[in-house]
Amino acid sequence: MVHWSAEEKQLIAGVWGKVNVEECGAEALARLLIVYPWTQRFFSNFGNLSSPTAITGNPKVRAHGKKVLTSFGDAIKNLDNLKVTYSKLSELHCDKLHVDPENFRLLGDILIIVLAAHFTKDFTPACQATWQKLVGVVAHALAHKYH
Amino acid sequence: MLTAEDKKLIQQIWGKLGGAEEEIGAETLWRMFHAYPPTKTYFPHFDLSQGSDQIRGHGKKVVTALGTAIKNMDNLSQALSELSNLHAYNLRVDPPCFSLQFLAQCLQVVLATRLGKEYSPEVHSAVDKFMSAVAAVLAEKYR
Repeated sequence: MVHWSAEEKQLIAGVWGKVNVEECGAEALARLLIVYPWTQRFFSNFGNLSSPTAITGNPKVRAHGKKVLTSFGDAIKNLDNLKVTYSKLSELHCDKLHVDPENFRLLGDILIIVLAAHFTKDFTPACQATWQKLVGVVAHALAHKYH
Repeated sequence: MLTAEDKKLIQQIWGKLGGAEEEIGAETLWRMFHAYPPTKTYFPHFDLSQGSDQIRGHGKKVVTALGTAIKNMDNLSQALSELSNLHAYNLRVDPPCFSLQFLAQCLQVVLATRLGKEYSPEVHSAVDKFMSAVAAVLAEKYR
């Protein structure tokens, strides 16, 4: 079980409280598809992904980004019980979606950069360290049921 | 592969940071040590407290080297040849797919905190590709 200090929980809640889940989710997913174009392979039915502009404006990308980050919010509410919380999602990503868990790490790092661009100076080194830990733990939980 | 557009974006972005090499480098290293404690194992001889002269000095060195790389993007292999030897034979930093990737992530975070919205998806993509290219050159001589 991962241990979270009071300070870490504060840093997570403090940032999360100010995040616009829809905007941030859309931004993070769009950047994943732009910066690591091979990830588009999981979204072949999303329509036009032909350019950064197309991707950023794509309504399916936005909607799915919101879904993904909303789920991330569930993780934050269940920090002490992540593997169980994400058990079904993990099975889904393995058995139905066939996503290489390496992609969870990529998305986590991108989310951090989106937060950094959004919060600028307020995204302090302590903040970043806690959030890197968080995205790592979430990625790990998502990969847990892979077989 | 870095496109002409990528190179332009990188040069533009780097131009906006003019003069702040030491600060950017120091902050990048500090964030890296904080977020990825195992990276400290390469600096047992350093004073790793915040704002230490060694972190500032080394940060400046790293970012200056990246600046040189940016001026020579068409020939990274040659421009970084000495550094490539150093990392492979002397420093033996874990193959760049590991440790240098943490440096790259932290540099991107520092750039994003400084540039905010200007750190667009296109810029992000270009910088990410550039840092991968740098890491690949530094790894060339590992074995």
